[in-house]
Amino acid sequence: MGDIVLRNVTKIFGPAPASVLERVRQGVRKEELLAQTGHTIGVRGVSLTIEAGKCFVVMGLSGSGKSTLLRHLNRLIDPTSGEILFDGEDILRLQADALRRFRRDRTSMVFQHFALFPHKSVLENAAYGLNVRASGIGERNANLEKARRWIERVGLSGYESQFPSQLSGGMQQRVGLARALATDAEVMLMDEAFSALDPLIRREMQDQLIHLQAELRRTIIFITHDLNEALRLGDRIAIMNDGAIEQVGTGEEILQHPASEYVARFLEDVNRGRVLTAGATMLEAISVRDTDTAELVLTRLRRQKLPVAYVGDARGRLIGAVTESMLRSAGPAAAMSALARPVPVAPATLVLERVLPLTLASDLPVAVIDAQDQVLGMLPKDRIIAALAAHHGIPGT
Amino acid sequence: MPIASALTLLTCVAIVAALIYFGLRRCKDATRIATSLGAAMLLIVAGFAGGWSALVDGGYELPLLPIAKRVDQLVDWMVIRYGDFLGDLNNWIVHKIGFFERFLHQSVAWPLMALLFAAIAFHASRSLTLSAGVVIAFALIWSLELWTPTMQTLSLMSVSLLVTVVFGLPMGILMAQSKRLRAVMTPVLDFMQTMPSFVYLIPVVMLFGLGTFSGVLATMIYAAPPLIRLTDLGIRLVDKEIVEAATAFGATRWQTLFGVQLPLAMPNIMAGINQSIMMALAMVVIASMIGVRGLGQEVLYGLQRQEPGTGFIAGLSIVLLAIVLDRITQAYGQRLAAHRQVVH
Repeated sequence: MGDIVLRNVTKIFGPAPASVLERVRQGVRKEELLAQTGHTIGVRGVSLTIEAGKCFVVMGLSGSGKSTLLRHLNRLIDPTSGEILFDGEDILRLQADALRRFRRDRTSMVFQHFALFPHKSVLENAAYGLNVRASGIGERNANLEKARRWIERVGLSGYESQFPSQLSGGMQQRVGLARALATDAEVMLMDEAFSALDPLIRREMQDQLIHLQAELRRTIIFITHDLNEALRLGDRIAIMNDGAIEQVGTGEEILQHPASEYVARFLEDVNRGRVLTAGATMLEAISVRDTDTAELVLTRLRRQKLPVAYVGDARGRLIGAVTESMLRSAGPAAAMSALARPVPVAPATLVLERVLPLTLASDLPVAVIDAQDQVLGMLPKDRIIAALAAHHGIPGT
Repeated sequence: MPIASALTLLTCVAIVAALIYFGLRRCKDATRIATSLGAAMLLIVAGFAGGWSALVDGGYELPLLPIAKRVDQLVDWMVIRYGDFLGDLNNWIVHKIGFFERFLHQSVAWPLMALLFAAIAFHASRSLTLSAGVVIAFALIWSLELWTPTMQTLSLMSVSLLVTVVFGLPMGILMAQSKRLRAVMTPVLDFMQTMPSFVYLIPVVMLFGLGTFSGVLATMIYAAPPLIRLTDLGIRLVDKEIVEAATAFGATRWQTLFGVQLPLAMPNIMAGINQSIMMALAMVVIASMIGVRGLGQEVLYGLQRQEPGTGFIAGLSIVLLAIVLDRITQAYGQRLAAHRQVVH
């Protein structure tokens, strides 16, 4: 299992795509090209590396070329120019037979409108990807058995002999998911897989996918127009506009440093509290040893103009916090171990939505800690609020 | 009138040039202009060199396009060259069809046949009413003493339909795969459907002689278009995403065709077979004029002997047969349509 690499992939639709390739490379506008030559740009010079075993989300509005891009990965669409490498192997070189084997063994796909076979039962649908490979009857029975297990995994036991038209949308897409998972292909292409579902069902399906992915670790390329969905599912996210990639990064990177005006406008209605983590928003904090004297700590606080210092033990584990006023009233020789007050703590990976309630319990800023209880930084109340309210990145980070 | 004919010629040239210009919408402007101008020049030169002088002189012997003459020559040539062979082929096929025909009305007693059709009707529709109706219709035909001609018609129909399906289904499938073939076949199908049947009956009879085989051929020409069109349409109407899914999971073209496209096109294909049967029945009377035996011949007798009653009962039998076949094929179509719609 290896990474997927796209190099400068361009797709132009029209009578003679090669003839306008040069103009597209020079960045001609979509409307101009259509009016002058009758060609449309599907994908414009996309270069990407998709890590194996991760969920990579491609996000964009309709017409941004995201579904076209996805179809390049199993060559339902061939690019006008560029390279697509799976594990270092150029899949554009595959001849018909090898391409078929590639599609059977290495990729699977989930579709926006489910694309189940209406004349086949749920079980036969789930076994389809296996059955196109098989010939013998014994093999087919094994396939049905395997498909049955996947139907169970997606929670559709008992519906095996029903037809797709007898199921609700959410159940139909579970069949679609089972069909894609059953082939054991390392790469799963999901084309707006949950977009046609009701919000509640969509959320349920997202949870199920996250749950399955935690165990299966497939390479998922997920297309969506819903930024909240992208932020929920994606280990990394690419934002597409007009056939080109505007920005690639983790959800937090994109939220905090939008690369363009277009991306920034997109982020406006995101629930930032669910995405931003304590670790990404925290400010620098002062850590002191429990054996340090009040005088020493006071000097450091004044020098760095900070109100609080966190006290750690011999191995750096957080004991509590001291404030400037506490230090002044205690006298210069007092030891930190005696002064330290308990302080709210948040792991660096906790999202701000969950950090916010902690601030209610204490006046002290929340201490952000790592897995070893060592202090990484601090989160004062106003800092959290500023991060949640900001629309165009956070000043001062 | 040289000026009038010159104007006619120029109008034709202009129309052809315009058609070419707009037809090549997707090409570069230079190509469009060059092609249409070239075609116009060619037509004008041809017009002046050929038809023009004849028109100016007034005393032309051949029409501008001597198609009728050419067709005559072609058919004559084929009759001379292949007549004997085609005659033998005809005799051989007629013998086979005759065997089937005699089997239907001599070896199988009518109640048995009625029961067989009732069983088929029940299998198709799961409706006892339809099955009972089939038995009643056949009993009525028998009591009109038209059983033998009805079976003759049925055998001709079955053979024609078999030939139609054998040719029509693959043609429809091929048309669905290739835009170019569809563009070529559409006018051919229009031709087959609308060309008055007497027109092709003449050469067919000249080549194959009178009798059943010519009837089968004429029936096929008339009955095949709806099956071909509906097969093509049915396959193209299959949800594109579903076909894409088959491809994405690595299905071969055959696996996609037989596992996905054809099963999903089946309701439309059944509608096509139903239409073909109805068209074939409509040909029965015309086929009787080239010596095909059966109900059509009875209608013809009624006409020739001025016996309206004879004609009426034969016509009634055709209608009864048509209704029976229509209901059975429609019921199959509906059964096939179940579970085949995509529901979101």
